[in-house]
Amino acid sequence: MPAIALTGIDKRFGEVRANSNVNLTVASGSVHGIVGENGAGKSTLMSILYGFYEADRGTIHIHGNEVRIRSPKEAIAVGIGMVHQHFMLVDPLSVIDNVMLGAEGGALLSKGEQHIRAALAKLGHDYGLDIDPDAIVGELPVGLQQRVEILKALVRGADILILDEPTAVLTPDEAEQLFALLRTLASQGKTVILITHKLHEIMAVTDHVSVMRRGEMVATLETAQTSPAQLADQMVGRHVLLDVSKGPAKLGPVRLSVDHLVIKDSHASLRVKDVSFDIRAGEILGLAGVAGNGQKELLEALAGIITPTLGRILLEGEDLSLVAPTPAERRVHGLLHIPEDRQRMGLVSAFSAAESMILGYQTDAEFGTGPLLSSSAIEAHTTKEMDLYDIRPRDASLKTAKFSGGNQQKIVLAREIEHHPKVLIVGQPTRGVDVGAIEFIHKRLIALRDAGVAILLVSVELDEIMSLSDRIIVMCGGVITGERTPETTNDRDLGLLMAGVTERAG
Amino acid sequence: MSAPIELPKWADVSLVPILAVIVAFLIAGLVVLGIGESPVKATVLLIKGALGSGEGIGYTLYYATNFIFTGLAVAIAFHAGLFNIGGEGQATMGGLGAALVCLRLDFLPWYIVLPLAIMGAMAMGALWAFIPGYLQVKRGSHVVITTIMFNFLAATLVVYLLVNVIGKPGSMSPETRVFEASAHLPYLHEAFAFFGMTIPKSPLNLSFILALLASVFVWILVWHTRLGYAIRTVGHSPTAATYAGISIGRITMITMAMSGALAGLLAVNEILGVQGRLLLEFSSGYGFIGIAVALMGRAHPVGIILASILFGMLYQGGTELSFEMPRVTRDMIVAISGLVILFAGALDGLIRRPVAGVFARLLKKGA
Repeated sequence: MPAIALTGIDKRFGEVRANSNVNLTVASGSVHGIVGENGAGKSTLMSILYGFYEADRGTIHIHGNEVRIRSPKEAIAVGIGMVHQHFMLVDPLSVIDNVMLGAEGGALLSKGEQHIRAALAKLGHDYGLDIDPDAIVGELPVGLQQRVEILKALVRGADILILDEPTAVLTPDEAEQLFALLRTLASQGKTVILITHKLHEIMAVTDHVSVMRRGEMVATLETAQTSPAQLADQMVGRHVLLDVSKGPAKLGPVRLSVDHLVIKDSHASLRVKDVSFDIRAGEILGLAGVAGNGQKELLEALAGIITPTLGRILLEGEDLSLVAPTPAERRVHGLLHIPEDRQRMGLVSAFSAAESMILGYQTDAEFGTGPLLSSSAIEAHTTKEMDLYDIRPRDASLKTAKFSGGNQQKIVLAREIEHHPKVLIVGQPTRGVDVGAIEFIHKRLIALRDAGVAILLVSVELDEIMSLSDRIIVMCGGVITGERTPETTNDRDLGLLMAGVTERAG
Repeated sequence: MSAPIELPKWADVSLVPILAVIVAFLIAGLVVLGIGESPVKATVLLIKGALGSGEGIGYTLYYATNFIFTGLAVAIAFHAGLFNIGGEGQATMGGLGAALVCLRLDFLPWYIVLPLAIMGAMAMGALWAFIPGYLQVKRGSHVVITTIMFNFLAATLVVYLLVNVIGKPGSMSPETRVFEASAHLPYLHEAFAFFGMTIPKSPLNLSFILALLASVFVWILVWHTRLGYAIRTVGHSPTAATYAGISIGRITMITMAMSGALAGLLAVNEILGVQGRLLLEFSSGYGFIGIAVALMGRAHPVGIILASILFGMLYQGGTELSFEMPRVTRDMIVAISGLVILFAGALDGLIRRPVAGVFARLLKKGA
C-alpha cells in the first residue's frame, strides 16, 4: 500500500494554476524525489500535503485512508513531518527546547523534557542521529541544525518526511551525510520526499522521481531507469519548436565583454565562478541552464544591481564598474535589462500601467519638466506603446497587476526596447506568457538583433534558446560548462551540459 | 492565507472609514449608556459643540490644522514604506526652531520674522526625522525605534533649554518670554477683519491655510513629481526601485526629512499662531494621532483633511460635551478617539472583511 496517494489535485491562486490535476503515488519505505523548475508547482503541492493550503479539488490518501489536511497540525497527526528550506528553529534555545517547542506536554516542562530526552536517545540509537540535546542551536553548524529539524519531525511521530531543497544550505560533505541518513530512514520503513532541482541529488539518493512542469505532473520514473539528461528534458519540456524565422547574423564589433566574473551572494556562497564571454553587435547569445545555477546573479551583476566580487564587465571596451556602476547609469550607457522577475523587479504591480511604463526612466526629460512628471505625457507615451506592442486591455490607467502575464511582459519589453538599447539583457522573456505573446516577443528580439543590438538571452526553455540564439553557452553550478551553436547541438547535448556533464554527447 | 481583499475604490476610501466611525460611536454609545447618560443626546451635544456655532467650527478647524500637519507627515513616510512615529518629537523640535528665530529676530517686521520662523520650524522638524532616517540607512537601526526614542530626546532637550538657556528669567514655569507682535501669525478673525469682514473669534489662524497648502504640496509631490514617483516605488517595491536605479537610502533620508518638516509645521499653528511663546508639551499627542489620521485618510491629502476634521470635531465637541454632561469626562472623549483609532487603524480588517464579503456576494448574484 502506498504511503501517499494524491489524486487529481488542483490549486489556483487567482489566475495562476499552481497545480492542475496532479497525481502522485509514493511507495512506503522509499525515497521519492520531486524535481521541477522554480514555479513548477512543487512547493505548492507539498504545502497542500502539509496543510498550509487546501487543494481546490482532489483527494489525499495516507496509508490507504482518505484524509483532509487543513493545517500543519493535522498533517503531523497523520504522520507527516516537514523540514523547511529555511529552518524553523529558535537559535538561542537548546536542541531539546527546540524539539519540545509545541510539544511541551503541560504547563511545567520537566515531564515533557524527560520524555523528549528519552525519545532523542532512542532516535539517536535507531538512526545514528546523535546530537547533544543541551547544545545551543544557534551555535551548531548548519548540517546539525537541519538534523534538529528532522528530529523535531521524528519525535512528533512522523513516518513521512518532506524535505524542501534540503541541500541548498549544506556543504557537499554535509549533503552526503544527509543522504546517508535519508537512506537509513527509508530502510527502516520511513517514507522520504525530497524536493530539489539538483539532478545529481535525485540520481544519488532517490528510488523514484516525479517531474513537475508548469503545475502538472509530467512523469514519474524509476531513478535507476532514467538519466540526468532525460530528467532535464522532462523538466524543461520538449515542445514543438516555435517557428522563428531568422536570417544569418550580421556580426558587428564586440559590445559586451564579461571577464573572469566571480559573484558571491549575501551569504558569501559562490554563485558565479570565473565566467567569461563576449557578445557582439547583431547577435543573440543564449544562456541555458536549470534555474538556480547562477544565471540570476550574473544578470543582476550585468545590470548593476549587485556588485561582482571579482572580474570586469566591459561595454564597448569601457569598464562599467568605473563609468557606470549603478543601474541608472548603465541605462544611460545603453545597457538595458529585462529582468526575469517581472512581478517584483520589472514592474510595480500596485502602479498603473503608465507608471510601470516609465520605471527606470522616471527622470527622462520626455516625461515631464523639471521636478514635475507630466501624467498626460506619460499616458500618451503608454498609449502609443500599447498600440505598438498590442498590449491589452488598452488602458494606461489600469493597475499593472490586472494585466495578464503576457501583457505585463510586453509592458516591460516595450519600455526597454523603445529606449534604444546597445546591449539588451533578457531574463526568461516568456515565462508565464501565452503562446501568442511568445511569438510576438521572439519576433521583436530577432528584429532588435537584426538592427545591431547585442542580446544576452537567459532562459530555462531550451526551445527558446535553440530557436533564437546565434550562439549558446550553458551554465551549471556557477560555471560555463560549454559553448555550442544551435546547428551543432541538440536538446540532449544541452541537457547534459545543464546537468554538469561536460563530455560531448552525440 | 486568505485571498487579498479587493474592494471598489469608492468603498475603500469612503464606506470602510465611515463604517469604522459608526462602529466606534456605537461602542462609545454603550459606554455612555453604562454611565447612565443618553448616547443620542451625547452625540447631538458633541456634533452641536463641534459644528453648532461659528466659534465651535473655528475651534474644530484649529484642532484639525494640527492633525493635518501630523497626518501628512505620517502619510508621506507611508508612501516610502516608512513608519514615522516621531511626529511628537519633530513637532516639539519644530517649536524650538520657530522659537529660536523669534527670540532672536522678533524686532524685525513680520514679513521677515514669520517666514524665517516657519522655516526654522520646518528645519528643526526635518533634522529630527532625518537623523533616524540616516541611522536606518547607514547603521540599520529601524526608524520605528529611533523615532520613538527621538520623541523623548526632543522632550528632554526642550525642558533643559527652557529651564537653563532660553527660559524667561525669573519665571516659575518653563517657558520663553512672549514674542513681539511681529512674530504672531494672525488669527483668521483678525485676517477677515482686515478685509472688513467679521467672523467669530477662535484660535483658528492662518496656519489652517498653510495646512491646506501643505496638503496640495504633498498631493503634487507624491503623485506628480519624479521624486514622488521614486518615493512610491521604494514604498511599493524596493526590488523594483533598485532595478530602476533609485537609491533606497537617499529616498529614505529625503522622505524622513520631509515628513519631519511637515510635523514641525505643527509648531506654526501652536507657537506662532496661538501661544506666542515656547512652552512644554504643546504637541500634546497630536503627533501620535497623526498616525490614525493618516491611516484613516488612506495616506491621501483629501482623506487626511477629512479625517483631521473628524478628529477636530471629537476634540472640540468632546470639550463642549464634558461641559454639558459632567458625567462624560474628558477621559471619555479620549476613549472615544481611541475607539475611532482602533477601528479605523488597528481593526481595519474587522470592518473590511465583512464589507468585502458583502461585495463578493453581490457580485456573484450580479454575474
